[in-house]
Amino acid sequence: MDASTFLIQCLNAVQYGLLLFLIASGLTLIFGIMGVINLAHGSFYMLGAYMAYALAPLVANTFGGGFFATLLVGVGLAVLLGYVLEWAFFSFLYHREHLQQVLMTYGLILVFEEVRSLLVGDDVHSVEIPAGLSGSLPLGEMMTYPVYRLFISGACLLLALGMYWVFKYTRLGMMIRAGSTNREMVQSLGIDIQFLNRVVFAAGLAIAVFAGMLAAPVSSVYPGMGDTVLIICFVVVVIGGIGSIRGALMAALLIGVVDTFGKVLLPQAAGVLVYVLMALILLWKPSGLFKAG
Amino acid sequence: MDKFRRTALALGASLLAAGALMAPMSAAHAQATAPTNAKLKVGLMLPYTGTFASLGNAIENGFRLYVTEQGGKLSGREVEFVKVDDESDPSKATDNVNKLVKRDNVDVLVGTVHSGVAMAMAKVAKETNTLLIVPNAGADAVTGAMCAPNIFRSSFSNWQPGYAMGEVLAKKGVKRVATITWKYAAGDEAVRGFKEAFEKGGGTVVKELNLPFPNVEFQALLTDIAATKPDAVFTFFAGGGAVKFVKDYAAAGLKKSIPLYGSGFLTDGTLDAQGDAAEGLFTTLHYADSLSVPKDKSFRLNYAKTFKLQPDVYAVQGYDAAQILAIGLKATNGDVSKKAEFAAAVEAAKIDSPRGAFTLSKAHNPVQDIYLRQVEAKENKMVGIATKALNDPARGCKM
Repeated sequence: MDASTFLIQCLNAVQYGLLLFLIASGLTLIFGIMGVINLAHGSFYMLGAYMAYALAPLVANTFGGGFFATLLVGVGLAVLLGYVLEWAFFSFLYHREHLQQVLMTYGLILVFEEVRSLLVGDDVHSVEIPAGLSGSLPLGEMMTYPVYRLFISGACLLLALGMYWVFKYTRLGMMIRAGSTNREMVQSLGIDIQFLNRVVFAAGLAIAVFAGMLAAPVSSVYPGMGDTVLIICFVVVVIGGIGSIRGALMAALLIGVVDTFGKVLLPQAAGVLVYVLMALILLWKPSGLFKAG
Repeated sequence: MDKFRRTALALGASLLAAGALMAPMSAAHAQATAPTNAKLKVGLMLPYTGTFASLGNAIENGFRLYVTEQGGKLSGREVEFVKVDDESDPSKATDNVNKLVKRDNVDVLVGTVHSGVAMAMAKVAKETNTLLIVPNAGADAVTGAMCAPNIFRSSFSNWQPGYAMGEVLAKKGVKRVATITWKYAAGDEAVRGFKEAFEKGGGTVVKELNLPFPNVEFQALLTDIAATKPDAVFTFFAGGGAVKFVKDYAAAGLKKSIPLYGSGFLTDGTLDAQGDAAEGLFTTLHYADSLSVPKDKSFRLNYAKTFKLQPDVYAVQGYDAAQILAIGLKATNGDVSKKAEFAAAVEAAKIDSPRGAFTLSKAHNPVQDIYLRQVEAKENKMVGIATKALNDPARGCKM
């Protein structure tokens, strides 16, 4: 591997890592902070991708269209859906056993898949890259790098910073952190924990949908796409330290590097390298890189 | 003894059916005394949910279309379908196929798309001596090591399109090729077929790139391809992965400098989603758009009229699965228990497929023309025949 190829691979690694963080950050909220094992996270991601595909013509008719208008409408709908889902299902799960959480969220996967199949069908679809971002930059001798990928990376960084700031420095973030450590105490201080939970859950779902919509132009839109990201999202959250946003970002970048260079240098083991990494990190730090708090 | 049992079962089944449907007793009695006129139970084990759902539906549509064209009957026996969703899940495959064979007592099994599931079906079919017609799954072993007198395939082996493309590139004088695919049976077999023909023709495969199924993060390997600078790239991907790969390949700027060739599934059922990125790509497959086969024209017309959908290669394979069944039944007068006569008739037959007529090899895989196709205006236009009457080597088949 010569120097320029090495640099391009580093870029690929960082880019993939940031994309992973984008997808996994919603899970950090729901699994990491609220403590619900949410297997339906992949479905939320899929929902986002399908929204980017299916909402685009509707938005074009009513608001004149544009990728970013669709993005706004989609995230708005996702917040609503998150609020309703929390009220109808997830609010009953916090005190239940893990097995019941797994059963319920697995059921949701099936429901989401079936609804998707009924409404949009089982075909593969694509989403156009927004016009201003469809160009590409020359890279090395013969490659080019799509501008949209860099845009995604930028959006991920902004999201990471934003989440970090909200959690670390705002009153809302403080309440959420307090609520995740001691529910009863927070409640007795006069904070509406139920409402707080609903907000965090809605935010988690909205971020997953946002990730799905943003990734749709590069990942394309197809049935079962949520399943493929679900496991890796859990890996990100677990390696990073459950509930830690900084940890999730570090973990995602680390996985990006291991996966990218693993595929090139150790192709026979590419499928397991990420899990080996997880095992090693958990041996070294049983509660992940950064413990929440 | 066996015959007695089957008659007794048929009697029991028709009595039950009669009870349930409140049908006149005399009809049930007639069925019981003449079992070859009883309904023919076809067990469709196909993916109706998940990634391959649209493929499963197309196969069923094709199969039903042929049966409908025959007036709903094959060799005088009315056809009854028993459907199972296999979910493309190999871990549930043995249970699912046993349900069809033992609980529902089907006369013939038809399935499936996923190779792992098809292997489980083949195993059960072999053990219970049930007729099996595979309408898609390309695993070489189905008509290789697992081959049996009662197992047939109406589609292809993964080796076939790969081998044909290897010949095409070797003839073009391409020297150095890199391959890229998912690390699983279908991808490995397609690449092996390609390599066999390409290296026989004087070319060299300079790099074999793999990524775990169903990973779609191609960027690292595309960078590797750019660094290797081969003359061309051969690939096997399907479905959502194929869409993303073709788009990523174009977005990385490689399409202009390193031509991409693939097994036909790269651009089948995915062209709308791939858009301009797929334009001009060459692929090899046993079916194409705009074939000048008369049977294809009538098939397409009927299919579009019946289902309000355009048919695809999967629909053709389903249609031909029904044709194979019909040929065998005709020779045995509708009696599926006469396995030897059934197989002999199918082996001798020329199957009038929309893809062009084909025969079945000794191992029961289609001996068929593989077309070279080019993507043009969202269609896989046929540009020629890559390999005529290509026969899978059926490695490991002892029959």
